[in-house]
Amino acid sequence: MAHIILRHRDIPELNTLPVYQRNGGFAAFKKAVTGMKPEEVTAVVKNSGLRGRGGAGFPTGMKWGFMDNNNWPHYVVANADESEPGTFKDREIMEGNPFQFLEGVAIASYAVGANAAYVYLRGEFWQVAAFLDQKIEEMEQAGFLGDKLFGTDYSLRIYTHLGAGAYICGEETALLESIEGKRGQPRLRPPFPPSFGLYGKPTVVNNVETLTNVPLILENDADWYKSLGTADSAGVKVFSLSGRVKKPGNYELPFGTTFRELIYTHGGGIIDDRPVKGIMAAGASSSIIVADEKALDTPMDYASVRTLGGDLGSASVIVLDDTIGIDWVVNKTIHFFKHESCGKCTPCREGNYWMQHLTERIHSGQGDASDVELLNSVARQMQGKCLCALGEFATMAVVTGIERFPEDFSVKTRV
Amino acid sequence: MRKQVRLTIDDRQITAPAGTLIVNAAKQIGIDIPVFCYHPKMEPVGMCRMCLVEVGRPIIDRNTGQPVLEDGQPKIQFGPKLETACTTPVSEGMVVRGMSEKAKAGQNEIVEFLLTSHPLDCPICDKGGECPLQNLTMEHGPGKSRFLYDEKFHLEKRVPLGDLIFLDRERCIQCARCIRFQDEIAGEPVIGFYNRGRATDIVTYTDPGFDSVFSGNTTDICPVGALTTSDFRFGARTWELKSTASVCGQCPVGCNIVFNTRREAKADGRIVIKRVMPRQNEQVNEIWLCDKGRFAYHYTENGARLSRPLVKKNGKLEASSWDEAAAIAGGKLRSADGEVVVLASGRLSNEDLFNLKSLADGLGGKALLYTQMGGGDLTARFGVGAGTNFGEMGAGTTILVAASDLYNEAPVWHLRVKGAAKRGATVIVANGRETKLDAFAKYVVRYAYGDEVETINGLQQKEKIGEAITSAENLVVLFGSDGLGLNGTSNLAAACAELVQGRAGKPNNGLIGVWPKANDQGAWEIGFRPTDDLSSELKGKTVYVVAADPAGDDPQLAAALKEAKFVIAQELFQTATADLADVVLPAQAYTERDGSFTSGERRAQRFYAAVPAFGESQADYAITALVADAAGVELADSAGQVFENLVVTVEAFAGLTYEILAETAEQWPVVGRGDMYYGGTTYENTRGLGAHLVGWGERGETASRPRVQEETELRPKEGQWLAVPVTKLYDQGLTVRSSKLLESHIGAATVTLHPEAAKRLGAGAGELVEISLNGTTAQVSVLLDETVSASVALLPRGMGLPISGPVVAGLKKV
Ligand SMILES: Cc1cc2nc3c(=O)[nH]c(=O)nc-3n(C[C@H](O)[C@H](O)[C@H](O)COP(=O)(O)O)c2cc1C
Ligand code: SF4
Ligand code: SF4
Ligand code: SF4
Ligand code: FES
Repeated sequence: MAHIILRHRDIPELNTLPVYQRNGGFAAFKKAVTGMKPEEVTAVVKNSGLRGRGGAGFPTGMKWGFMDNNNWPHYVVANADESEPGTFKDREIMEGNPFQFLEGVAIASYAVGANAAYVYLRGEFWQVAAFLDQKIEEMEQAGFLGDKLFGTDYSLRIYTHLGAGAYICGEETALLESIEGKRGQPRLRPPFPPSFGLYGKPTVVNNVETLTNVPLILENDADWYKSLGTADSAGVKVFSLSGRVKKPGNYELPFGTTFRELIYTHGGGIIDDRPVKGIMAAGASSSIIVADEKALDTPMDYASVRTLGGDLGSASVIVLDDTIGIDWVVNKTIHFFKHESCGKCTPCREGNYWMQHLTERIHSGQGDASDVELLNSVARQMQGKCLCALGEFATMAVVTGIERFPEDFSVKTRV
Repeated sequence: MRKQVRLTIDDRQITAPAGTLIVNAAKQIGIDIPVFCYHPKMEPVGMCRMCLVEVGRPIIDRNTGQPVLEDGQPKIQFGPKLETACTTPVSEGMVVRGMSEKAKAGQNEIVEFLLTSHPLDCPICDKGGECPLQNLTMEHGPGKSRFLYDEKFHLEKRVPLGDLIFLDRERCIQCARCIRFQDEIAGEPVIGFYNRGRATDIVTYTDPGFDSVFSGNTTDICPVGALTTSDFRFGARTWELKSTASVCGQCPVGCNIVFNTRREAKADGRIVIKRVMPRQNEQVNEIWLCDKGRFAYHYTENGARLSRPLVKKNGKLEASSWDEAAAIAGGKLRSADGEVVVLASGRLSNEDLFNLKSLADGLGGKALLYTQMGGGDLTARFGVGAGTNFGEMGAGTTILVAASDLYNEAPVWHLRVKGAAKRGATVIVANGRETKLDAFAKYVVRYAYGDEVETINGLQQKEKIGEAITSAENLVVLFGSDGLGLNGTSNLAAACAELVQGRAGKPNNGLIGVWPKANDQGAWEIGFRPTDDLSSELKGKTVYVVAADPAGDDPQLAAALKEAKFVIAQELFQTATADLADVVLPAQAYTERDGSFTSGERRAQRFYAAVPAFGESQADYAITALVADAAGVELADSAGQVFENLVVTVEAFAGLTYEILAETAEQWPVVGRGDMYYGGTTYENTRGLGAHLVGWGERGETASRPRVQEETELRPKEGQWLAVPVTKLYDQGLTVRSSKLLESHIGAATVTLHPEAAKRLGAGAGELVEISLNGTTAQVSVLLDETVSASVALLPRGMGLPISGPVVAGLKKV
């Protein structure tokens, strides 16, 4: 099947304006601005069943519909922070198919009445930002951005904004704080961005991949998109596959594809053809799924993955084989979260610091059974108390790792 | 009024306005939900997660919109997670469980998390005994640590954020109260967080560090011993301290304070003041103080204080007895035949001033106020009405600040006016240069020094500003002495009074003088008046100078005093004036005696003796009674009696009693009780909120329209400068310079010039120039300010240069 998101894999030089235009580029944006009311655009997206690709899977059209129309101006922010370990799809999209992404930003902006949109990129993506700046300039010159677009009264400008190296700035409210020039720390929610966002104004925050879907949905209509994927999760998803597979990489597949197909058909199977042991479907923030036959045959959509005691999240599938100790995985992830905890709230700030001492001790063989118990207890003690989801994420691998792979912990520990 | 909702907290049913946060609704019925980051004066942030409670809400039937019933009662659904009581607003039918096992477990777990990084060095911590974390650890903490002691994070324990505030990095629990106070309340975001996660750290952004005159407040609201003042650091254990209610004597705001005292071996067993703490008065200072008020009390314990009466014998002052000194002084006053001048300052209490005024009247002499600021006759008439409260001002109120640098002249008013602006009040600042309040003002009017009256007269003609003044529901006008002397301020006051005259007597309306001294307003009310030619008034007279040092301030006045017939000086220290005196009478500091001050808002407030008297010193009113007795005038010699005489003599005080001044009322937020975690270590007010003086309007009198006098213009010629006085919070004044702590904040004398003007002089920032004015020449260093006009030179008062008002000066580079 032809790609919808990773179309550059089918069409060479799609990241140049003439090629993109020759392939129908900006027709959807033009159609929206010149022929549709903003709420009609939102309705199409709503009907398509498109859900957010940033992790939470929130229905995109519904989010746009939440924008507070008694408070102006409105903003659109594309979340290109892509900091989840194991996630590397947004970068490929922005480099390979930048115009489709930017067109998605533009259509979203039109749909919510925004005249300014920001693309927030993680600091390490400075080259991508420079590249996008160039593409944005080309769009301005070609009349796809700027004042009075297509002869209407609608104006739009897109700006890129770089972060400074914090995972937490992928969380939408921390991201907004960061754009405002403040410390990247999450805000209390509610209020949510569609009522109180950038500079306190209604704001839509969407992931890069989410927005990249939008031009083709508008061009081919909602039903076309809904016919792809599953009833629960419409359309296609770019799965970032990594870990102990032979061919790691991004694979664009319809929702509902099984783990087995992703890992074996596309990923070429496990290195040295060893047995697969566990799957983290949402990067470091994942529960660790026991990779038994049933799991491998489970379709990858939001609802089905949940039946395995996991979450699809941003679909960054990290595959673990039997050479990998789960205590090592847990130590790794806690290292990451301890480093990335913003420190705003007590349980995450103190809990991750505490857990890191424990995972380190356990992994290095210095711990004992009571340390494992304590680790589990500390993680559970954090759950349900943190200010944002990062604190919750940090506990996922710990709690599920200890529960589902107890032998990896008992082997390591002294009696 | 907001809609009321009914809810249940810990099985108690209450009603609260919709939108009230659970933590405050609970507080209102005496239930303390533990908090760390929440503070009732600041926006909730939900960071520390200490206030976790179970929250249930009625299940609503989607079809009917009515609550689903179960056994006739609404069925309540509790969320799977605990919620933070400090961020969750109450709603109809809500059920809150703060004491349930689940809630307690959540709270206990948060305390355990906090303790993993906390050093628990309570035995050496200044906060010990009044520490929210210590208290909540006793209540919620685990008996045993599950965290390995060896894995504790160790951090620097002595980090000076500025010279007044120290940070103990280990103790900080990252609640951000200090940061948010500086940002939200002080409007000076000079500290912030650095780094993230467990490495999160408080840093200062300014050089010098923690550059704010409100810094001390952060130590009160810090819920742990992470922030301490260099004044109290390792000074005492809090449970050894006694508290005495008092009022700050440094400026006309009249902040309510507490002196914490203890008997100290280091001080030869004397009882000494260990620290100054805020005492809640929501109508005056809320729970805040400025650093001058907090730290500038040390002058009272300076060993150089006068301890015995002195009498001049053979041209030399010699120690004497009270009987002898009073007899000599009284005798001279009696035999002066009415050629008597009592010269006193607003540093004195109402009682002191009343006795002095009575003495002057009894002898047929004059009672002169030692000040360079006029207009008190007008504030006595058009002053703000009873019930005035900056804390209640918001939309609909206009506040005009004319010729006053509130931040330096009356810091807590700056903070309160800023707060009113945040709540929607229209603040107009009219001044000859930029002041810190400009940033929070809706309108800034910049005039050339000298054009004050013209500017104020013209305000009503301005389109938007005029509208803001005339159609304001409430109008408060504060006038100060930025760039002005006695005549200028008197005229300015008259111009300002015109704006408010129809409103006099109404709460939140009227005129406020931003006086240089705490009790100038009281002095005016009691009948003291300044004179614009003090030198002539002094010459040949029998002069009784109290709490003033004219000879030290101005060589011309020193010369005049030398020509006086007889000089009696009543003081704390051996001042230049005391050097010239024939009799010197040692006065008690106000910390050593009872009395009352009248604030700039015309609120009379009591203060109480906190420490024993220094040496043989006596209270000013008592000394005056002693001297008066020898002069044949009978006066009361106890504070209470003097006050009784005052209220029957001075109409503005009619009806007041010490008991009335000592009355208290429930204040919101509730602070200072057992739960230090809610409001901080601020003291609850149990000794009196004070009371407003009676206004003319309330007495049924009509005030005549104030008249503006013509003033002769000062126009500097080519090559000359118009030097104008401005106020600096930390000056070389008697009460400031004796505090070691504040020395570095005083600095040396300066002159502020426009950068272009400085360039013309050939002097850069920090370089020395020579200034000559009023017959004196001195070297001062240059500061630059783009907002002053080119031929103006700003000179801070009280920094050694005699400048009582605008004057033509010469400047040259050295
Ligand atoms: C700790 C944390 C990190 C996140 N990082 C990202 C990220 O890197 N990229 C992203 O698109 N969303 C990220 N999110 C999700 C965003 O908060 C937000 O839900 C998303 O951008 C919404 O876009 P969508 O509806 O298109 O998915 C993160 C959330 C959390 C809690
Ligand atoms: S959960 Fe962690 S990342 Fe989120 S606000 Fe709390 S400390 Fe910051
Ligand atoms: S220093 Fe005190 S007030 Fe400031 S963040 Fe730390 S604990 Fe809170
Ligand atoms: S504002 Fe004035 S009264 Fe209040 S503490 Fe400061 S100096 Fe004292
Ligand atoms: S989170 Fe409520 S008090 Fe800190």
